[in-house]
Amino acid sequence: MKRDVCFILNGEPVKASIEPHVTLLHMLREVFDLTGAKEGCGGGECGACTVLVNNKPMNACLILAVEADGLDILTVEGLSNGLELDELQQTFIDHAALQCGYCTPGMIMSAKALLMKNPTPTEDQVVKAISGNLCRCTGYKKIVEAVMDISNRNLGS
Amino acid sequence: MRIVGTSINRVDGVKKVTGALKYVDDIKFHGMLYVAVKRSPYPHARILEVDTKGAEALEGVKAVITGQDVPNRAGLYLEDKTFLATDKVRYKGEAVAAVAAETKEIAEAALAYIRVDYEELPAVTNAVEGLKSEAPLVHPDLGQYKWGPIFFPEPGTNISNHYKIRKGDIEKGFEEADYIVENSFYVPHIQHCPIENHSAIAQMDADGSITLWASCQSPYAVRKALSVAFDLPLNKLRVISPAVGGGFGGKAGTTLEGIVIPLAKKTKGRPVKLTYSREDEFVNSFVRQGMHATIKTGIRKDGKISAVKNTFIWDGGAYTEYGVNIVRAGGYASTGPYDIPNVWTDSICVYTNHPVGGPYRGFGMSEIHFAIEQNIDMLAEKIGMSPIEIRKINGLRPGGKNATGQIVDVCGLQECLEDVAKHIDFNRKESGSQPHKVRGKGIACGYKAPSMPNDVASSAIIKMNEDGSFHLLVSAQDIGQGSDTVLIQMAAEALSIPPQKITIKTGDTDYTPYEWQTVASRITYCAGNAVLKACEDIKEQLLELAQLRLGVSKRDLVLKDEYVVSKIIPGKGVAMKELALGLSMADGSGIHGPIIGRGAFIPPNVRNTDKQTGQGEKPVAFWTYGCQGVEIEVDIETGKIDVLKVASCFDVGKVINPKLVEGQVEGGIVQGLGSALFEELILENGIAKNPSFVDYKIPTADDMPEMIINFVENPEETGPYGARGVGEPCMVPAAPAIANAVYDAIGIRMNSLPITAEKVLKALKEKSSVL
Ligand code: FES
Ligand code: FES
Repeated sequence: MKRDVCFILNGEPVKASIEPHVTLLHMLREVFDLTGAKEGCGGGECGACTVLVNNKPMNACLILAVEADGLDILTVEGLSNGLELDELQQTFIDHAALQCGYCTPGMIMSAKALLMKNPTPTEDQVVKAISGNLCRCTGYKKIVEAVMDISNRNLGS
Repeated sequence: MRIVGTSINRVDGVKKVTGALKYVDDIKFHGMLYVAVKRSPYPHARILEVDTKGAEALEGVKAVITGQDVPNRAGLYLEDKTFLATDKVRYKGEAVAAVAAETKEIAEAALAYIRVDYEELPAVTNAVEGLKSEAPLVHPDLGQYKWGPIFFPEPGTNISNHYKIRKGDIEKGFEEADYIVENSFYVPHIQHCPIENHSAIAQMDADGSITLWASCQSPYAVRKALSVAFDLPLNKLRVISPAVGGGFGGKAGTTLEGIVIPLAKKTKGRPVKLTYSREDEFVNSFVRQGMHATIKTGIRKDGKISAVKNTFIWDGGAYTEYGVNIVRAGGYASTGPYDIPNVWTDSICVYTNHPVGGPYRGFGMSEIHFAIEQNIDMLAEKIGMSPIEIRKINGLRPGGKNATGQIVDVCGLQECLEDVAKHIDFNRKESGSQPHKVRGKGIACGYKAPSMPNDVASSAIIKMNEDGSFHLLVSAQDIGQGSDTVLIQMAAEALSIPPQKITIKTGDTDYTPYEWQTVASRITYCAGNAVLKACEDIKEQLLELAQLRLGVSKRDLVLKDEYVVSKIIPGKGVAMKELALGLSMADGSGIHGPIIGRGAFIPPNVRNTDKQTGQGEKPVAFWTYGCQGVEIEVDIETGKIDVLKVASCFDVGKVINPKLVEGQVEGGIVQGLGSALFEELILENGIAKNPSFVDYKIPTADDMPEMIINFVENPEETGPYGARGVGEPCMVPAAPAIANAVYDAIGIRMNSLPITAEKVLKALKEKSSVL
């Protein structure tokens, strides 16, 4: 039996009618066509599906869609404003912090959550914040550098 | 040069950071059906009967197929596989039947209604055992399969390729030695673990032609294999690879594509999609083959290696259509980057009832170097020489000869070795950060050539637009390595235009021109050359028209900053864009038409090696040499290894984009670190025990070492701007360098991967009980 869920998605109130066993990830991808969050494992182990739930990074593959009721969900698609990229997105590009790009939306959301909580994280804090996001391409170095670039900028300002 | 050699941003960056790029699993079509696959529960069994009637009767099920729907054998180098099992199953997980249904849930539920009767057969679960005469045969019909002329299967056995090197006089080489040492090593199966699992969608048009969207590295190779499997003419099969979320070789061949096509033939035009689960990815795509190595070496007191005899036995898995070439590469590179006068190598591919072995970044090289580079350190210790010195003495240099007898032309190995020794401060002993921690340093060299047939082709088309912008069309796939960006840089440099004026389009066999495969670290070199030739073609046309327009001889014209200008008369020139559609004459007529450049490339003069000896003048397009050094810390209470620092140096000929190549090497190092410390697909009686990220760990940000990435640039004569590939070579020395550092730290030789904390702890305990 389908159930109604109402929540905030990338700043807009939305509504969906959804089977109770469907995951948030599935709903985002299939119902709302927001395919930025990816399924890499479906079991909470890779972080490719990371979205922000009330500003906290969560694996959307582990949350049921119906649990989203009343929550505030931010996906990678909600970060940029039209053609204008979020500062973190631009920094990822500038530092070549992405290769195949499959981990990138999840990685950016984890880093974003950290920066929202703590605008000037240390390198150790950055590493910790993204250690649940697997990337098979980059070796992580440039990802950490990208986030630290923002941290340093925030520290300077 | 103004564009080549600079760190411009990735051209695919915006699409990737916004989540806008559509990978195959992100694509949805109206009326799409979803697939589930019935797989074999046994590693080896005869199929007696498959009954699909129950599944077909279910509501929502639109098509069911079995092996009978895909009878043709296909494969890249050896046509030994069918996409669904026909007569028997050869590994646990092999596809036996598949269902397309309205939803994934229905498709999955339908599997329970397919009945398969099997007669279990004894399985080959170890490659060395598989060589024995009493071993069960995995492919009794091997003699009837088709294969390429550079492979040597032995029908009637489990050997699908036996590649030999017979160089010099091995007996004499051992006679000349002061010491003869024999060491054995084992490299287990690992998996590529791209974060994107395989995905494919097929759709049949009303005229019977098929369109396939697949997360594949090599749309043309995929098209060819599928056309054989399904008797489809190439002009009736369109393969589109919209984006690839990491390949590392795992998406180079064909896997699930062969399941969606026969289903699509039965669904009356409705598209059919199959996306692998992570477990499927671990077991049912490709794995890196396991390998048993034995190296017997003769060495003189002065450090010169006089003879080496290698036996590499590869666990090819159930089908080796691709694996036979890995074994060939392991054979022709079997000395490592060393100049050894007498060599005897048997590199043998063995069918087993294991998951299918396939190309994995480094293609045989990571495996053999794990053995070779530890062996070199062991030899050095034997004669009381430093690991650096022995590599200096035996390492290849220009003028030297490699395993195939080829004379080395360019080779920066010695420079790389020096650079790494310096940056890792190799001779300095470091003390541990805590009393129960000890430090060690290790170094390893490596080399790799593109492992591909000699005459594989690349092509490129560049179309000029009326406003002076361009479209570059290639089928080289950007799988993360940055080829889109690098190929644009090369074209922009050649045409003297800003890189932003070029849009690249890839991966559609109906529209983008032929590329053999995106593998083997060959794209910068092969596709790069094709792009440069297409630019030459454009340039030729522009100069021809400008000559008429300006009344200046073409000899005296050059392309400069979007203009064709005279080299002699300052200020004389014409904007390139004015010639984009041809030349308008004074009388109002026009000539030539749109400017379109076409480039084609095959690596020059690469020839087969001798069948009996493996010797040849130029068996590969080029070699990439390099070296890595590591510093590690071992916790002797827990056995845990931390890799603290890695210094890397490769001779890439010419760095096209410093930032991108650095990133590629960093990724290769960390992937190598994973294979060194934690990764193994554990196979027990043919059954994978850990096909998930819970039980199979890959490196996280926490495992990242400090990395110092350097390059030397000895130009490749035939390379575009002197460049050669490095995407795979950068992973090759990582694992043996770590193993050598472990020995340096705790005096224990780790002969097999991965070097887990448990293994280290056990070895430490054994050692202390002996002392
Ligand atoms: S898909 Fe959610 S953590 Fe992997
Ligand atoms: S960029 Fe490919 S997985 Fe991270």
